[in-house]
Amino acid sequence: MAHLSLTVNGRAVQRDVAPQTLLSEFIREGLHLTGTHIGCDTGQCGACTVHVNGRAVKSCSMLATQAAGAAVTTIEGVAKADGTLHPMQTSFNQCHGLQCGFCTPGMVMSAIDLVTHHDCSSEAKIREGLEGNMCRCTGYQNIVKAVAQAAAATKAMA
Amino acid sequence: MNARAGFIGQSVLRREDTRFLTGVGQYTDDITLPQQSHGIFLRSPHAHARITRLDTTAAAAAPGVLGIFTGEHFKDIGGLPCGWLINNIDGTPMKEPKHPVLAHGKVRYVGDRVALVVAETVEQAKAARDMIEVGYDVLPAVIDMAKPSSASVHDEAADNRCYKWQIGDKDGTDAAFVGAAHVTKLSYRNNRLAPNAIEPRAANASWSPADDSYTLYVANQNPHVERLLMCAFVLGIPEHKMRVVAPDVGGGFGSKIFLYGEETAMVWASKQVRRPIKWVAERSEAFLSDAHGRDHLTTAELALDKDGKFLALRVNTMANMGAYLSTFSTAVPTILYATLLAGQYSTPKICCTVDARFTNTAPVDAYRGAGRPEATFTVERIVETAAHELGIDPAELRRRNFVTTFPYATPVGLTYDTGDYEATMSRAIELADVAGFAGRKAASEAKGLMRGLGYSAYIEACGIAPSAVAGALGARAGLFEAGEVRVHPTGKVTVFTGSHSHGQGHETTFAQVVADKLGIPMEDITIEHGDTGKILFGMGTYGSRSLAVGGTAIVKALDKVIAKGKKIAAHLLEAADGDIEFENGVFKVAGTDKSVPFASVSLTAYVPHNFPHDKLEPGLNENAFYDPSNFTYPAGTYICEVEVDPATGVVQIERFTACDDFGNVINPMVVEGQVHGGLAQGIGQALLEHAVYDPDSGQLLSGSYMDYAMPRADDMPHFTVETVKGTPCTHNPLGVKGCGEAGAIGSPPAVINAICNALGVKDMPMPATPHAVWQVLQAKA
Repeated sequence: MAHLSLTVNGRAVQRDVAPQTLLSEFIREGLHLTGTHIGCDTGQCGACTVHVNGRAVKSCSMLATQAAGAAVTTIEGVAKADGTLHPMQTSFNQCHGLQCGFCTPGMVMSAIDLVTHHDCSSEAKIREGLEGNMCRCTGYQNIVKAVAQAAAATKAMA
Repeated sequence: MNARAGFIGQSVLRREDTRFLTGVGQYTDDITLPQQSHGIFLRSPHAHARITRLDTTAAAAAPGVLGIFTGEHFKDIGGLPCGWLINNIDGTPMKEPKHPVLAHGKVRYVGDRVALVVAETVEQAKAARDMIEVGYDVLPAVIDMAKPSSASVHDEAADNRCYKWQIGDKDGTDAAFVGAAHVTKLSYRNNRLAPNAIEPRAANASWSPADDSYTLYVANQNPHVERLLMCAFVLGIPEHKMRVVAPDVGGGFGSKIFLYGEETAMVWASKQVRRPIKWVAERSEAFLSDAHGRDHLTTAELALDKDGKFLALRVNTMANMGAYLSTFSTAVPTILYATLLAGQYSTPKICCTVDARFTNTAPVDAYRGAGRPEATFTVERIVETAAHELGIDPAELRRRNFVTTFPYATPVGLTYDTGDYEATMSRAIELADVAGFAGRKAASEAKGLMRGLGYSAYIEACGIAPSAVAGALGARAGLFEAGEVRVHPTGKVTVFTGSHSHGQGHETTFAQVVADKLGIPMEDITIEHGDTGKILFGMGTYGSRSLAVGGTAIVKALDKVIAKGKKIAAHLLEAADGDIEFENGVFKVAGTDKSVPFASVSLTAYVPHNFPHDKLEPGLNENAFYDPSNFTYPAGTYICEVEVDPATGVVQIERFTACDDFGNVINPMVVEGQVHGGLAQGIGQALLEHAVYDPDSGQLLSGSYMDYAMPRADDMPHFTVETVKGTPCTHNPLGVKGCGEAGAIGSPPAVINAICNALGVKDMPMPATPHAVWQVLQAKA
């Protein structure tokens, strides 16, 4: 077992974990934060995306111990403590950017990274930026719309 | 009843979104029970083999193992039932070999279930699985259904035929071809697909020693059907001792309708190990073992007269059933396919023959559209091809043959109640700017690129289904729906529906219907679904039936609530029952200002001090069952415009226009979202997706997201989607038709027609990958 110390959604966490534990497993089974979903075995679907030190990471592609000392944010940590939704969450609701909701946490985490660190000035750029997250329900159109709306709102605030 | 002021017809934002957006949805894998154990399946590595030895001794002694179960444990009970009996042309029944819970004696496809290992942890279960010793005597496999084979998937069907079925007037059809001015013939494969809901299949089964009862959490579209099939036809558990819960479900697309062996084995095993057992499919398991979709080989011929009027359509289809008959499998290429071959047209003679084959591949069953995409592909490809052969504008040829008077009885068993195909066609042409196509084509050509336009005018039969009709066609279940409206003393309302939402948005759209009928705020209404322990009964969600059938059951229950409420109000207002009107949440005496609000009536029903006890029971809780009198018939026109680079074969969808008639619409935003998703799946089929088996070994070659081309955001175009005002369904009170499958049904032929038009070729196999397009271009040159 390896001793792991990190911050998850703003709270300090200390646990002993088996060294082969994936970050996704640690989040779901160790911390019972089940909003991070597992949709494939090959790092393709993106449903497990979380933020590690502010950048989007597919948590199935990283060992938990690699997150030692890091600040991890999962979908449960995105809204404010008082329940106020993040602008990206609001935008997904307003644009009908989700249906079954299974890919949604990973999609939202990727989308927040996308508008924060990447160019979202065109539909084509947003589509390219979402390439690592699969959705089978929406056909992506309303997800793209939601991201564009949130990007515009973010830009307006800056 | 057309859209009116109130909740119906408004794009109300979805109420279920917040839990999904904040990560507090509860999917099956998120539910962990006290004393939870974990199940893992050992699967066949061979397409066809005799099991010569199965030794679990060492595995059973491995750390953490609680039990190992094999086909031997299930050999004396029934197999997984097939829900639809299809008869051969000669009247004999289809071949129906046993579909075992776990393989016994033989394995029949790569991924077939050989053993269930239950252990304390997933890792321990996997380690023990790898210690099971299995001897296989590998047998020749039947992979290509069209290739004659001396091997047999099942001894009971030596020729690998499940059935050979026919519908329509064969002699009349054949006669119509004689002397036809023109005959167009096409052969094609409707490519095999893997459904790929992003939530993999999952189950958590437990048994309670307290009352000898079972609870199954399962990612499923129809929990009551799951319970009925598992209890009554396989395990013999009394239904009242079994609760099936389908909690939040991460997409279904058909693949979560069916009763699978995994959860069946787990339910039985949960009593043996006296622990709850959880299993979540890995994606590779999902590819191997979820029921696949499509996989038809079809030859179609269309006879036309000199004016381009259709005289007859003759269709021969070979349909792959896979190794075993999954729940709805036999109905897909027959009842849900051949009956739709009239399309939007008044073709007088149609005959379709279907040859259903067993192969050593995963079972094939309903996938979004289920038979109707295959029918639409057949009709819309051949109509477009005929138009090009005759030099008639494809839209014009369709218009010459549209059904224009309703009701219309087709030659293949359906009666269309209403429709206006010209309305969706002309609006789609406008939205797609077909008038400007020639200019855009010239601009593409100037760049060395090819541009094409393709139409698809689809119809589908939804709102499945009138039980008596379905029964006459071989259904072994009813297809009604149930609903219950429980009005609480304070006037708040819980509505229970037997349909199930796995993305469709019932918790919002159904609440809109209830709010509209009762005149109360949506906040006062909760929609419950997906739990046999709460909901009286249900047939679930598939075939675009939730609102048309499930919604109607709720409306009928609401009508009963209002009728009883009127009697209570009459008593309170000292008026005659017949003088009470109900509007905007208030009961009033007609023509007076005497009124009583809904919440006062509900309170009176539960605190019946001043109550007409001589005429009424207390309480305000009503349920209803609704069995539709006909299918519903959504229809529309889709237009695809592509640009093809002849140097690379890459197809770019430049425009995709969808114009649909869904009858009345409750929530336009949700409807549009359903169309978007369907389009992505249809375009995925046309351009990207293909489940491929090695023709010799039967190994699934497209068994991961590295190999199976799932549509991603940058593969999809921006869709133009419009729902016309429409022709309301004539036989349900909401006037709704269903919208869940249209996109997947209508889009593939539009894409392929556009590519053929761009390339100037008659045919283009699906999926039209760059390689396939390039090959067609080379063959042409």
